[in-house]
Amino acid sequence: METLQLPPQWSTFARQTDWVFYFIYYLSVAFFVAICAAMVYFVWKYRRKPGVMSEPSGHNNLLEIGWTVSPLVLLVFLFHVGYRGYVDLTMPPADAMEIRVRARKWAWDFEYANGGHATVLHVPVHRPVKLILSSEDVIHSLYIPAFRVKRDAVPGYYSTMWFEATQTGETDFFCTEYCGAAVGTSEYREGDPNVGREGDRRHTGHFSMIGRVKIETRAEFSTFLESILRPPTDPATGREVSPEVWGSLIYRSSQCNTCHSIDGSAMTGPSWRGLFGRSREFVDGTNRVADANYLRESILQPNAHVVRGFNGVMPSFAGTLRDQQIDALIAYIRTLR
Amino acid sequence: MATEVADSHGHGDVDYNAPYLTAGKGIKSWLLTVDHKRIGVMYLISVILAFFMGGMFALLVRLELFAPGRTIMSAEYYNRAFTLHGAIMVFLFIIPSVPGALGNFVLPIMLGTKDVAFPKINLLSFYIYVIGATFSLYSIISGSVDTGWTFYTPYSTTSNTSVVSMVLGVFILGFSSILTGLNFIVTVHKLRAPGLHWNRLPLFVWGMYATSIIQVLATPVLAITLLLLAAERTMGLGIFDPALGGDPVLFQHFFWFYSHPAVYIMIVPGMAIVSELLATFSRRAIFGYFAVAMSSLGLALLGFLVWGHHMFTSGQSEFSTMLFSGLTMLVAIPSGVKVFNWTATLYKGSIALTTPMLYALAFLVLFTIGGLTGLFLGALNTDIHLHDTYFVVAHFHYVMMGGTVIAFVGGILYWWPKITGKMYDEKMAKVSWFFVVVGFNVTFLIQFIMGSKGMPRRYYDYLPQFEIYHKVSTVGSWMLLVGFLILAGVLVKSLKSGPKAPPNPWGSAGYEWQGTESPPVFQNFRETPTITRGPYDYHLCTEAELFDGFPEDAPKEG
Amino acid sequence: MATAESADHGHEEHPKFLAHHFDTPAQQFDSAKLGMWVFVATEILMFGGLFVAYLLFKSQEPQMFLEAHHRLNREMGAANTVVLLFSSLTAALAVRSSQLGKRKQTSALLVVTILCALVFLVVKYFEYTHKFHDGLLPGRFFTAHLPEHAHNGHVLPQRAHMFFALYFMMTGLHGVHVILGISILTWVLIRNQRGEFSPEYFTAVEIGALYWHLVDLVWIYLFPLLYLVG
Ligand code: HEA
Ligand code: HEA
Ligand code: HEC
Ligand code: CUA
Ligand SMILES: [Cu+2]
Repeated sequence: METLQLPPQWSTFARQTDWVFYFIYYLSVAFFVAICAAMVYFVWKYRRKPGVMSEPSGHNNLLEIGWTVSPLVLLVFLFHVGYRGYVDLTMPPADAMEIRVRARKWAWDFEYANGGHATVLHVPVHRPVKLILSSEDVIHSLYIPAFRVKRDAVPGYYSTMWFEATQTGETDFFCTEYCGAAVGTSEYREGDPNVGREGDRRHTGHFSMIGRVKIETRAEFSTFLESILRPPTDPATGREVSPEVWGSLIYRSSQCNTCHSIDGSAMTGPSWRGLFGRSREFVDGTNRVADANYLRESILQPNAHVVRGFNGVMPSFAGTLRDQQIDALIAYIRTLR
Repeated sequence: MATEVADSHGHGDVDYNAPYLTAGKGIKSWLLTVDHKRIGVMYLISVILAFFMGGMFALLVRLELFAPGRTIMSAEYYNRAFTLHGAIMVFLFIIPSVPGALGNFVLPIMLGTKDVAFPKINLLSFYIYVIGATFSLYSIISGSVDTGWTFYTPYSTTSNTSVVSMVLGVFILGFSSILTGLNFIVTVHKLRAPGLHWNRLPLFVWGMYATSIIQVLATPVLAITLLLLAAERTMGLGIFDPALGGDPVLFQHFFWFYSHPAVYIMIVPGMAIVSELLATFSRRAIFGYFAVAMSSLGLALLGFLVWGHHMFTSGQSEFSTMLFSGLTMLVAIPSGVKVFNWTATLYKGSIALTTPMLYALAFLVLFTIGGLTGLFLGALNTDIHLHDTYFVVAHFHYVMMGGTVIAFVGGILYWWPKITGKMYDEKMAKVSWFFVVVGFNVTFLIQFIMGSKGMPRRYYDYLPQFEIYHKVSTVGSWMLLVGFLILAGVLVKSLKSGPKAPPNPWGSAGYEWQGTESPPVFQNFRETPTITRGPYDYHLCTEAELFDGFPEDAPKEG
Repeated sequence: MATAESADHGHEEHPKFLAHHFDTPAQQFDSAKLGMWVFVATEILMFGGLFVAYLLFKSQEPQMFLEAHHRLNREMGAANTVVLLFSSLTAALAVRSSQLGKRKQTSALLVVTILCALVFLVVKYFEYTHKFHDGLLPGRFFTAHLPEHAHNGHVLPQRAHMFFALYFMMTGLHGVHVILGISILTWVLIRNQRGEFSPEYFTAVEIGALYWHLVDLVWIYLFPLLYLVG
């Protein structure tokens, strides 16, 4: 069900939250209309007329106590329903499936119990899911409107949130704690004829920490769980794709593409085009040829050697990318001549 | 703390009974003045400049959001634009606006005294404002700030923009605010004219008094927080930075311990103005005077207890979450008392729809919307959904822009004849009112829908499903610009060629209209007044007292 | 409004020390005093923020606080406490003697108060330089966890930088207040020497002393919190 004001109700919380929302909504409308009606009527009825004085005013204890106390009843009720809904939001059932969520500037990583990672949040339908959030740099916040859930990922802490999806489908998630934007995107954008939707992927920041939630049936979800451990299969041949192709998929799914282009243009990070085998110059003045070992190090310990002309803002992917995936990425970079 | 000593006015040559605008000539007599009226005027000019600047950043923000993707600027600059918009509007404009400008001008006159208790400190507070504003604005040219007006750590401790300069600016501005509050508290306590009992204080004074209490008690906490933030950035102190063992959520607690009470520093003066406007233009005492006065104090008190409602998703304990939500609900009571009493004041009044009155009525409507939407945010599970979306943006623009700014403009127009001695063009002022009010609603009403559908705030780019809402909102901001430009034209024209204002153009029973000329003389009253009735006792006034022209043309009493 | 003709005071009858906008010396005195009290409230809330941060981190890591606070010089702290308490007394006595119109005695007491304040700062100076030398500095300048700064063969935990961050912020802010206090008292002293005060008008002395009591009061809390953690 989708109403005028709120997103579709796709979790077990949605009904309750929306009920409170509409309760306040109609309560507010009632008060608002009453106040406006009285105001307009009085302004018209008692408009200034020559020779007619206003009547002295005073106060009326009964009336005043009435409108001081009666809203109190409503407010206590309101607090109560809001709080009840909130308690549900904070108490995941013991059998909930756990997903580790790591936030960093400006991407989300979802790690599943089998050790696989994804950047699209896949969740099974009709099953409680508990997310354990943490952040590597500044505060981020995970927000899934269709589920009515939101929680900050605070560096140095673990926080949890949970939900149970009631319907399969696809929806959006957002980062709702301001976390900045990549420096330097503006220089790249200056004079770019490619303004418009197409070029905008190249901006990174708070506003680009968004993604899709896929709510799947049990069967679909277990296929997904397997797929994150192995290279995907090519539907045409029915066999696993080559490492180069897998690498190009990881390039997108692990969001390397938010900072690295493959067409030679510099973004937040250097382009990968023609990178392999080239001599790299670092900010500390040293040099090194970009071989497989160097690329591996760049992914696991990006700040060990920071390329001249760039800032050491690349996060480490140690623990996020598995060895096979790194190999695939390197294979892919080799193809970018 | 300096005390006022002999000859504190420092200009023995001034004619105490000349109009304050011409008593003492030359730029120096303005810059070094200790006259509360002149200081008020200097504040007025400064805050209007700040509003203009904040408004320009708002227009840039809205323009960028006109279409998804890049419209006029990069993401980096967008982040700076909304940060500067928020910071300038809050710290340079709205907090000093009503107390600094109208409070300084009107409050001592309403109390029947010649000046505030510490005139030199009053001037000092203005210059501290100027210095603080300079620091803040310096940050714009030295790399700007991109942290959001809330300066959340650890983003603000790691951002490589000019955070320290902005933070020091706000720190300094805080002292200006504290000194103004201190001055008003003492003035209200000690300098009332003979016969001016507490229960005869105009509601504007009650409002300023409540505001001052918040300023004095909340601002120092912001000061120490910002000092710690600056030290964190320069020395890596580690109090707020988790990488060093600090607690980023502690910063949020500190920040909101000030900034929630600060929203009542913003709204209570607006309410104070509206009480005056409604009384004057209905020719009737505010219904339930005592309740309205006490509700200002109630807001000041309760305002200190609810700061945690900004942090429902941040991971504070469930117990505090519950407590803060419950207390937040209570805040609606004193606000409701005010709204109901104002409405009841109109009943059996004699209502004149002048422009200031139209602004007051617009305040009533818009503040009610803003306040009621606060309840969606105070209730827990709905806030989880709405937090940091455009619903919040719409909420606070309804209370700050639709509430305080609208009341402030109404107040400027209301006291304009007193301040300048000139009348303005009512018809064009009404046209500007129309554009401002309609433009405001077009801009922000739609943001409620967009927000509850899930559009997060502080987003440079957005998903296509939100485009239509953003487009409408941007068009609304242009209507606002038109409205304010017309208003600026009206005021400039009035200064240049407006007809001379009579002492009491509205026929008000308020003290500031009764005993003074327009503009008032340097020492406000030619002789110290003795107060014999309340500020809204229209039924005790003679016809001559309520005559809205020049006294020499007044009908003879008989 | 009925402006009943009330005593129209010309400016001649105003005593010299009475500002134009006050009616009576009592009103002026009360105003100044209330103003100072309000200001004191402001100051207490400002330090309050630091106290809250202190209590929070202490409750998280009591052991680290205990270890770190042994590096503070308790004797110097205690000496300073005595000095400040004594100066508060002399400040109060200065008010008393000013009320009685004993100008010379007032000046003498003010001088003693200021001297005590200076002694306090000198002691603090030695404490600070000692801390600097030991690498007991706030934030990223903290080096006391390195072996070369071992104290009796004991090395502080890395996290002890938090304790010293708080130590320097709290005592630093207090130090700024001491300096402000010295300036205010000096200004009062000069005016006293000029003979501006009398049993009818001694507001500035009273206000200055009130401020000095605040400075003292804050220290009374700082000393046990920082030096006597255990
Ligand atoms: C002038 C400023 C102002 C004022 C007056 C208010 C008033 C209120 N605000 Fe608002 N608020 C802000 C400025 C203001 N706010 C700002 C700037 C932010 C965002 C900061 C940021 O994150 O950048 C914010 C954010 C904010 C939040 C956090 C949202 C979030 O980030 O998740 C919350 C949550 O509780 C809240 C609640 C309230 C409430 C309950 C009131 C109440 O005081 C309202 C009371 C008034 C009424 C209720 C209407 C009149 C009453 C009646 C007609 C009586 C009858 C009605 C009933 C009892 C049903 N506000
Ligand atoms: C007092 C407070 C105040 C006021 C008045 C306004 C006014 C406006 N604001 Fe607001 N705004 C904030 C405080 C305020 N704002 C804050 C605190 C934030 C949060 C920042 C953050 O997230 O960190 C914010 C954020 C904010 C956003 C969200 C940005 C984002 O999250 O990405 C938007 C977007 O639409 C916006 C728009 C506007 C618009 C269109 C106006 C318009 O109403 C402006 C209209 C004004 C003008 C067009 C100026 C015209 C003036 C003259 C011509 C001078 C003459 C004047 C006189 C004579 C009186 N503002
Ligand atoms: C937040 C932006 C960002 C993201 C996301 C990012 N990088 Fe980088 N990367 C950088 C920057 C900046 C540099 C250059 C500075 C440095 O060497 O650390 C860099 C450097 C590199 C280099 C060395 C390039 C050279 O020219 O020598 C490699 C290889 C690399 N990144 C791989 C990756 C891979 C693989 C991913 C995704 C799995 C990725 N990066 C994601 C920002 C990013
Ligand atoms: Cu991550 Cu906003
Ligand atoms: Cu609040």
